[in-house]
Amino acid sequence: MSPDGGSNDLDFEGWTCPAPLRNTPTVVMGHGGGGAMSGELVESLFLPAYGGAARADLADAAVLPPVSGRLAFSTDSYVVKPMFFPGGSIGDLAVNGTVNDLAMVGAQPLYLSTAYILAEGTPMSDIGRVAMAVGKAAEQAGVQLVTGDTKVVDHGSGDGIYVNTAGVGVIPDGVEIGPERARPGDAVLVSGAIGVHGVAVMSCREGLEFTTPVESDSAPLHGLVADMLATGADVRVLRDPTRGGVSASLNEIARASGVGMDLVERDLPVPEEVRDACGLLGLDPLQVANEGKLVAIVPAADVDAVLEAMRAHRFGSGACRIGTVVEDHPRMVVARTGLGGTRVIDLPLGEQLPRIC
Amino acid sequence: MKYLDEFSDPDLARRLLDQIHAVTTRPWAMMEVCGGQTHSIIRHGIDQLLPEGVEMIHGPGCPVCVTPLETIDRALAIARRPEVIFCSFGDMLRVPGSHDDLFTVKSEGGDVRVVYSPLDALQIARDNPDKQVVFFGIGFETTAPANAMTVHQARQQGIPNFSLLVSHVLVPPAIAAIMESPTCRVQAFLAAGHVCSVMGTSEYPPLAEKYAVPIVVTGFEPLDILEGIRRTLVQLEAGRHELENAYPRAVPAEGNPAAMAMLRDVFEVTDRTWRGIGMIPGSGWRLSDRYADYDAELRFEVTDIQTDESPLCRSGEVLQGLIKPHECPAFGKECTPRNPLGATMVSSEGACAAYYTYRRLDLVSAGSAS
Repeated sequence: MSPDGGSNDLDFEGWTCPAPLRNTPTVVMGHGGGGAMSGELVESLFLPAYGGAARADLADAAVLPPVSGRLAFSTDSYVVKPMFFPGGSIGDLAVNGTVNDLAMVGAQPLYLSTAYILAEGTPMSDIGRVAMAVGKAAEQAGVQLVTGDTKVVDHGSGDGIYVNTAGVGVIPDGVEIGPERARPGDAVLVSGAIGVHGVAVMSCREGLEFTTPVESDSAPLHGLVADMLATGADVRVLRDPTRGGVSASLNEIARASGVGMDLVERDLPVPEEVRDACGLLGLDPLQVANEGKLVAIVPAADVDAVLEAMRAHRFGSGACRIGTVVEDHPRMVVARTGLGGTRVIDLPLGEQLPRIC
Repeated sequence: MKYLDEFSDPDLARRLLDQIHAVTTRPWAMMEVCGGQTHSIIRHGIDQLLPEGVEMIHGPGCPVCVTPLETIDRALAIARRPEVIFCSFGDMLRVPGSHDDLFTVKSEGGDVRVVYSPLDALQIARDNPDKQVVFFGIGFETTAPANAMTVHQARQQGIPNFSLLVSHVLVPPAIAAIMESPTCRVQAFLAAGHVCSVMGTSEYPPLAEKYAVPIVVTGFEPLDILEGIRRTLVQLEAGRHELENAYPRAVPAEGNPAAMAMLRDVFEVTDRTWRGIGMIPGSGWRLSDRYADYDAELRFEVTDIQTDESPLCRSGEVLQGLIKPHECPAFGKECTPRNPLGATMVSSEGACAAYYTYRRLDLVSAGSAS
């Protein structure tokens, strides 16, 4: 998220290298060697940057107190390029992404690990900015950073900073969320504007710089999920439509549940800026990544209550219904076009390729 | 920035469709030349809304699709060379050559980069003077001016390590070739608006006259396409065959004189093989002798690479409008966007890929009903 200017905010842009590291303004192999330099990196950079979100005991493994309930456990690696983009960085993606993976099974996230693979020669200031973003996002999400690791690879073997996070959360009793639970007649909801993150990242990708007011929507969604569940609705499926966009999420649900889905293209919340950028690049907004949105499948009877709860949450204010789960054309997602025709919304094949003309 | 919504307004579309239905009294078959139009027609379901019997035949106007196999193989050979940085528009990367594609070359360590303009490739050449930077210059008259400009600048600024692998193709000779085909079913053309925005419209009245077909210069948004179809049907029903410009907001009759001057300076007309169709005389551009130093085919001596097409792939018949994509026995079986046998399955503008992506519902329903 963008800094909101509050006095407790870490100074994201104004990061200065801590004293012990000033002699090495860039990462060298020794920082991943497990010796004194590794220790300096942790104690002088990562822990201060993480602030209150970090647990400072430096044992080989974090020892966590007992919890009651089912555990959810997830991991994800982050390699986004560029590392810094309008509205966020690889740091807050690494936290929010894993937090959201946990939230999508209904879990309240508790603990995260952070592991970095740094390319030799990466500016220490970049690592500092990323680590600060990790700390700030963890604080915002209310998760503790309990264990971590750092490795350095030869110049040319990696690319700047790769981050892996793994997370543990607890699923409240009675919550059953899974991709196989969609039933004909259910409603398809989305928590707000789609395609925003992908367009923000593309707007500053090398060779493709274009001016757009769009900023990444990167945000932790477990609070929103908790509010949805608190309505008592039988939330059947949740997905965060990251890579592959809403299209990939809905196709995966349709396949897992053996159902079809009918969308109404006119009802899709695609901001004008996203539609324009996608029009220029020949991309489908439904296939563009989001980092702070979810799609939900809920029974028709629960739609009003769930939408009301979503809209009352800061990360769900643009929530709306975009379609219906159907018996017809199982495993296929179909949209009614603005003109009244139909088209299949397919899984994206791989990387999105801008068209020639 | 608003420039799309006005041209996909459902109420206006409905009014155009009403007019189209009112004017149509009998079956007609017309070809949209450009792949961008094919994509838009299928993407918005426009063909589903036309009067019964009005058939859209999807033309050969996807530059990715018609780039001949041997040009792809030459590109792959050049991209594999250790001294080369090979730059291309994104959708060429997945086009299959005889054995693999540019993605494979990249995964094996080849320096293959997606750029968004040939001028970006020229900048890469400036930044990497110890490398050979090659840009894959494909496309119709639309993309040619930027490629011409890039080669022109390379020479003017003395950037010797830049070259262009050229496979430009031209629309008017393709229209003539389609009309000359003994199996031709096309009764009218929607001409490609962006091609005409460069070249103007003067090449088309002789074709309309010679082959007695209406030719309507048409844009790409849903309303543009519906208006192009409407004007074409009005002509067909009245027995007229003239050139009309239904895309005047982008197409002046004289085209873009500055771009045309640049094209005349850098390129010269040549015979060109179209993937799936074969050689069409005078249907392409190559670098003129003055710019031969910048011709990647000559610089890297790949002209002896010659290859044949997959015998299973019937993209040639698709490109000529003789069969619809799903009528090819390999469609959706041996040939899918993930494992394309022919280029029409690769690019999102290719007719086969458009059918596969957006139309499987109809095809599945039709299949289960029969």
